[in-house]
Amino acid sequence: MVNLIVDGKEIQAREGMTLLGACGKAGADIPTLCWMKGLNDIASCRVCLVECDGELIASCNTQVREGMVVNTGTPRVVDARRSNLATLMENHRYECGTCVRQETCALRTLASEFNVKDAEFYLPEKAPWDESFPLIRDASKCIKCMRCVAECAKVQHCAVWEHSGAGPHMNVFVKEGLEIDAAGCALCGQCITHCPTGALTARDDVDVVMDAILDPEVMTVVQVAPAVRAAWGEGVGVAREDATPGRMASALRALGFDKVFDTDFAADLTIMEEGSEFVEFVGSDKPRPMFTSCCPGWVRFVKLHYPQFVAQLSSAKSPHQMMGAVVKNTLAAEMEAAGKKRMFVVSVMPCVAKKYECSVPQLSTEAGPDVDAVLTVREFDRMLNMYRVDCNALEETEFDNPLGLSTGAGTIFGRTGGVMEAALRSAVFLITGENPDFSACDTTESTPEKPWVAKHLEVAGIPVDIAVASGLGNTAKLLDALEAGEARFDFVEIMACPGGCVGGGGQPIEFNKELACERAANLNSLDAGDKLRYSHENPDVQKLYEDWVGKPLSHTAHEWLHTDQETWDI
Amino acid sequence: MSRLAIGSYVDDNKRIGEFLESYSRRVESMPPGTCPIAVQQSLLQTCAAQTCGKCTPCREGIPRILADMEAVLSYEADESIVADIRKRARLLRDTADCAIGYNAGDLVLQGLDAFEAEYASHVQRGICAEESEQTVPCVTLCPAHVNVPAYISLVQEGDCAGAIKMIRKDNPFPTACALVCEHPCEEHCRRTLVDAPLNIRGIKKYAVDTIAADQVETPARAESTGKRVAVIGGGPSGMTCAYFSALMGHDVTVFESRKKLGGMMRYGIPAYRFPRERLDEDIRAILSVGGIEVKYEHDVNDAEMKRIAEEYDAVYVAVGAQGGKSLRIDGVDLPGVMSAVELLEKAGDDELPDFTGKNVVVIGGGNVAMDCARTSVRAGAKEVVVAYRRRLEDMTALEEEVHAALAEGVEMVVLQAPVRIEANEEGSVGALICQPQRIGAVKGGRPAPVAANKPEVSIDADIVLIAVGQDIKSAPFEEFGMKAERTHFVADEFLRADGFENVFVGGDCQWGPKTVIMAIAAGKIAARNIDEYFGYNHEIDCGAEVPPARPNDRTQYGRVAVPERPIQRRKHDFEHVELPMTKEEALQECGRCLRCDVFGIGALTGRGLEQW
Repeated sequence: MVNLIVDGKEIQAREGMTLLGACGKAGADIPTLCWMKGLNDIASCRVCLVECDGELIASCNTQVREGMVVNTGTPRVVDARRSNLATLMENHRYECGTCVRQETCALRTLASEFNVKDAEFYLPEKAPWDESFPLIRDASKCIKCMRCVAECAKVQHCAVWEHSGAGPHMNVFVKEGLEIDAAGCALCGQCITHCPTGALTARDDVDVVMDAILDPEVMTVVQVAPAVRAAWGEGVGVAREDATPGRMASALRALGFDKVFDTDFAADLTIMEEGSEFVEFVGSDKPRPMFTSCCPGWVRFVKLHYPQFVAQLSSAKSPHQMMGAVVKNTLAAEMEAAGKKRMFVVSVMPCVAKKYECSVPQLSTEAGPDVDAVLTVREFDRMLNMYRVDCNALEETEFDNPLGLSTGAGTIFGRTGGVMEAALRSAVFLITGENPDFSACDTTESTPEKPWVAKHLEVAGIPVDIAVASGLGNTAKLLDALEAGEARFDFVEIMACPGGCVGGGGQPIEFNKELACERAANLNSLDAGDKLRYSHENPDVQKLYEDWVGKPLSHTAHEWLHTDQETWDI
Repeated sequence: MSRLAIGSYVDDNKRIGEFLESYSRRVESMPPGTCPIAVQQSLLQTCAAQTCGKCTPCREGIPRILADMEAVLSYEADESIVADIRKRARLLRDTADCAIGYNAGDLVLQGLDAFEAEYASHVQRGICAEESEQTVPCVTLCPAHVNVPAYISLVQEGDCAGAIKMIRKDNPFPTACALVCEHPCEEHCRRTLVDAPLNIRGIKKYAVDTIAADQVETPARAESTGKRVAVIGGGPSGMTCAYFSALMGHDVTVFESRKKLGGMMRYGIPAYRFPRERLDEDIRAILSVGGIEVKYEHDVNDAEMKRIAEEYDAVYVAVGAQGGKSLRIDGVDLPGVMSAVELLEKAGDDELPDFTGKNVVVIGGGNVAMDCARTSVRAGAKEVVVAYRRRLEDMTALEEEVHAALAEGVEMVVLQAPVRIEANEEGSVGALICQPQRIGAVKGGRPAPVAANKPEVSIDADIVLIAVGQDIKSAPFEEFGMKAERTHFVADEFLRADGFENVFVGGDCQWGPKTVIMAIAAGKIAARNIDEYFGYNHEIDCGAEVPPARPNDRTQYGRVAVPERPIQRRKHDFEHVELPMTKEEALQECGRCLRCDVFGIGALTGRGLEQW
């Protein structure tokens, strides 16, 4: 241990600890911008300055030393922090009123806290960008903190962003000067949720959705992903325990959608298809493992970075695409009866990659594209604010039926391990005719802190080895191990975002907080409290098979619910 | 009206002079990887400041070029802007009245050509060129990329053994480099901004003087791979490759043609600069890894090389440049004429010459010439003269080597081109006849000597030592089938010999006579690539951790030099010239390190030096 004095208080800190950590332990509140724990301690913003031995030093990357005397709140420190913030603001296009990050911008918060005045210089102009791409970068708002560079390279393996140029021309660029759509971006959106400002955002599709809602000839159908229920309240001031799925359904109705469905239903449907596919796979000599396919960030990643594995993806579409196909193919009569001419399916998703996925031309049926627009949870919350919906006062209502009923198995799709767990619950039933114990299928150990979590099962005497990975850096490690023959599995679940969709790139943003774990606990408790917890027991799913699809993997199932990812346009 | 005043210009020049000294230190410490266009722009900004403003092309043109360059740097320029820069620079060069203007134009034009790729990258791709990325200067400039800030910090924390381990991560010759490295790491040391570059070699010397390298454990060998590596030549390059290959678990056999290991470190560098027992410390440490068999006095001819290449899984050829170049002048065959290599080679096996009472003339101006001259002084010569056809400042020897030779009483006879060696009555060397030169125009970056209109000069000589370069003995390997261009072996950037799968080649025998640290770097590269060729990617845990950084000490200090023995004593023996630094001196020097691996751009790029 090391002894030091922080703001007059004698404290002890572990050797190797940073001053930021030690001062925090002593109760000092030091502001940061560029610092990301364990990932980015480049000390570039110079906002976490403290005074030590008469010098101003960055606390984020200075390690504690015996006998240090540190002051965190002297006038000199405050003035230096404030001046650096003002300097950052001079090079940041702070048109906060129209910035989607105004409520969650770390720079705006600090500038306001530090009483920073208007810049005396002209602000930078917006730089050109392909605004049709789901990921938008506005260089005029970038403060060169390099958090996106670190996140993308160190956590997500893609290294789309890099810094280049000297001195005043130093900036963040798409790697090697490539266009963003050619840079191997998986569209996980983690750079967005880790950007302290509005420099990185997801394409805003609120206008497209509003146009559809306002069009009297259009029947608008909205569906909402499992992980949304764990986070939607964060952006509209609803406490986690009050932000129930029922209140979320009411909130969606308040926006004027004609039909409000739950993607959880389609998650159950996915399990029927993917589970059946897996049962066939287990008895086959196809190359191991089979990979889940419901995460489009993962599908993009594997197509772009590990194409040799694409053929091993489950052919099941992702749940919201299945839902879109089912809606468009089964509700046409109802639509006509209501006097509408077209159907417009909107998915509210915790995801940026799904904005890409819904535009893949191969994901459509005779009834048109499966999904017409994808909104992130942030866009959903922005719409609720636009409509001035008092979400806390909303009554809880049910989703519309028949495509609104779901099981707890569908709900846990939103966290890492959930798809695997739901699939195992039903695959065991499909093989043995008996429901397994929940504990036998449990995957709640899954975590992005480890490259992957493995589990060995015996199903009717057949050994099955499964693995779960989330985060693309972890994914790369797992794929490398598979390729090198160092690991062997039968079935593997991959989620592009650390922690799964609960940590998705389309989720609400809270600066320097990783909320995936907290949100996953919410989904787990919904699952535990659900009366139905096996996808194959969902009566509406069973009815859909009876009335329309026949059985899993049938011809209609292939038409509506399956795809060949190899053919997808990137 | 007609009165003259003294003062103001003098005072102004003094004030600005102090500032200019800082300015030049800024330039000296230009970090490697700085965007060359940004450098060019700042140079032109200086030109603009120097302009008097009289002439149009200078006054109006330079600001336009600066603005164009700014557009390039901001990625807002297209080809037409670059063309505009060229057009305006030509106008400046061709029509400015004085050198401030036309030289500025020249500089811009030179830069446009020299940095064509960087301009293209900015204009066409909207990014700076890949290699334009700042890094930690000392680490980048060390050919073996030794983690300099880390070992300096370890010395500062009192852990000299840890410092040696850290050095050995990239370089198994800490002692050799502590004593004789040309320290390119110091060239752009950022500390120059504050006072002067760190004495990095001196700090390393303090570490190995405090604890001998063979007293510091080497890392454990990786599990045996069963692969066999042959190394031809036990010099710095070969032994580096042997060390790392052995650590990676391969079995190594070194084929050394002489009695002892060390190559030119033993048979080229005199003992007063690098005592043999100090070299042995490094070699003992290397051999202590295990798995290295040395076959001494084992010459490798073409048939033997063929056998080795077949028998071993990989071969690293590192035979150095061991032959002495001669001069094509009359009298070189006379008794008393020797090549530098011959002299130093004998000294390497402790066969020291006796030049008592003799006049020795050394021909050449490189480090080897200085080594010969100083060895001759120690061998008792009556008078030692270095004859060189250019000027003192043109000598390729390190400045400190020239100064040491001068201090030990060596006479530098410059601007004298050897014409012939004349015999005395007994038929051995009597005098070196030279044609005086005058220094002329610059050719290929150096002022070239031309014959002066003066009569020939005779320099009395009993011994003539020719130190005009070294040769690579490439013949047996060329016969075996390796390709060489004028005796320099041909290899790709990964040091794989042209046309071979399992033969690697590097060091002096590939790029010609260079420095110890460059040879070490080649050995390290060869070891890594041989490992990769075997299908492995062994990582080496050096056993030392990088200490946390202390805040920068911004106080200006003088640079501590490595102390030396008094000239009058040292010039009579072959004992080491240098003395150890004291702890206080070493710690003050360590305290000047700015830890560029942690502060500044190092925070972004300096990490990750824990592995190759």
